[in-house]
Amino acid sequence: MTETGQYNFAYLDEKTKRMIRRALLKGLAIPGYQVPFASREMPMPYGWGTGGVQVSAACLTPDDSFKVIDQGADDTTNAVSIRKFFQRTAGVDVTEHTGEATVIQTRHRIPEEPLREDQILVYQVPIPEPLRFLEPRETETRKMHSLEEYGLMHVKLYEDIARHGSIATSYAYPVKVEGRYVMDPSPIPKFDNPKLEMAAIQLFGAGREQRIYAVPPYTKVVSLDFDDYPFEASKADHPCALCAATHTYLDEVIIDDAGGRMFVCSDTDYCAKRRAEGHTGTMGTPMNEDAA
Amino acid sequence: MIPLLKVQDIAKTYGGRIGCTDVSFDLYPGEVMGIVGESGSGKSTLLNCLAGHLVPDRGQVLFDTRTEGLKDTVRMSEPERRMLSRTDWAFVHQNPRDGLRMGVSAGGNVGERLMAVGARHYGDIRAEALDWLGRVEIANDRIDDRPSAFSGGMQQRLQIARNLVTGPRLVFMDEPTGGLDVSVQARLLDLLRGLVRQMGLSAIIVTHDLAVVRLLADRLMVMKSGHVVETGLTDQVLDDPQHSYTQLLVSSVLQV
Repeated sequence: MTETGQYNFAYLDEKTKRMIRRALLKGLAIPGYQVPFASREMPMPYGWGTGGVQVSAACLTPDDSFKVIDQGADDTTNAVSIRKFFQRTAGVDVTEHTGEATVIQTRHRIPEEPLREDQILVYQVPIPEPLRFLEPRETETRKMHSLEEYGLMHVKLYEDIARHGSIATSYAYPVKVEGRYVMDPSPIPKFDNPKLEMAAIQLFGAGREQRIYAVPPYTKVVSLDFDDYPFEASKADHPCALCAATHTYLDEVIIDDAGGRMFVCSDTDYCAKRRAEGHTGTMGTPMNEDAA
Repeated sequence: MIPLLKVQDIAKTYGGRIGCTDVSFDLYPGEVMGIVGESGSGKSTLLNCLAGHLVPDRGQVLFDTRTEGLKDTVRMSEPERRMLSRTDWAFVHQNPRDGLRMGVSAGGNVGERLMAVGARHYGDIRAEALDWLGRVEIANDRIDDRPSAFSGGMQQRLQIARNLVTGPRLVFMDEPTGGLDVSVQARLLDLLRGLVRQMGLSAIIVTHDLAVVRLLADRLMVMKSGHVVETGLTDQVLDDPQHSYTQLLVSSVLQV
């Protein structure tokens, strides 16, 4: 046997993958339900996406094309290291283009470009339990999920309005999946919440907390709110400084010590694509000059 | 007339020790029942068995549910029992910290039960919370303060508001005035008496303070070592105690 033949495809051994796939299937069968799984130690620290990496490893096939997003960007530390990890351990194609990827692992964002039915979106989840900071007992939160007692979730939103005048929760905004389970969509901005109803399969992996949950394609996902304070997918009220898009989620970037700042698309791939199509923002330069 | 709560032969033991045993009584709508006795006499065990916090070893607790009439709460399914405990029942703890969410504002505390039964209109929830804070004499401008910023008496009043907001029919109270100084106690009792009469509540009050039951309770049950030793109308029991332990209890009260 050759040296590389002794290693299994995509890092995890087949028994582990089987265990994770069983959890994934159960998660898909009960949308929004947190399935416990025997999370393995991965060669990266907790909080760096160990759950997402295990889910990706269990989903990847040699024909897949893999993309990693960290806060919308393809070129930050977390994204680069996870992408390299699978390049080396699975030898799969990697891409930065949303449209070309078949498996996308993400942290904190859903891509701006609508996903298709043949794609899988894998989320890295730090805290899978939406009731965590409201009810400290895990035995009790499990009971609340099983008995569908979600009044407490609204107490949190009530407190937001009482203190800030509006629902100030802006990320990890709780949603109700298919009219049953309340789910933490991982720390994506609430701007992305409406996109949770999509054509692609969405898988959520929490490594440290040892939980997997899933949202199947075209599943109803409703953001919780009050009748008189409806849910609002908010974003910074600016156009992107590079591609002039007004419909994307923006990052605020400080550019000097004199209070200068710019707003740019957090989805770098989407922004680059728009610039290539000829859209130019106030601080952007046309794409062809960049290349020169 | 159908009793609101029909208790039959309840018993709870902790290993070989008796918590409470052979307790039976009927509670009718609008009636307030006091349970008195010394520490360790089984009062709280009994109350917890009735309120579904403990599972009794024997006996039945029949509650007159709105839809199905008398139903054994010990054997009903857990979702049903939990539904009861946030709609038709209320439980006032001795220590308000056990009954309140200390990290949530007063308004949120009062609103929690409303939201738990499906209220989803912020303005209505807040208006209801304000109304209830007024009824328990907490100033309107304290609605966004956390209970940790409240005095002990205010916390206890807030706990009462939080429990009564969904209009329960039966209130369990475990030493509601314990740990409060006498003037605050008097005000709280006055408030409770008003609310109980106004709303036509039925209540079961566990206390070791005879003054509390004298003011609030219609009927009295005296417990000792897990057994009920005497029952009757409050004034009858307190003015003409028959059992030697009740006589001791009544004569032990300091006259100022």
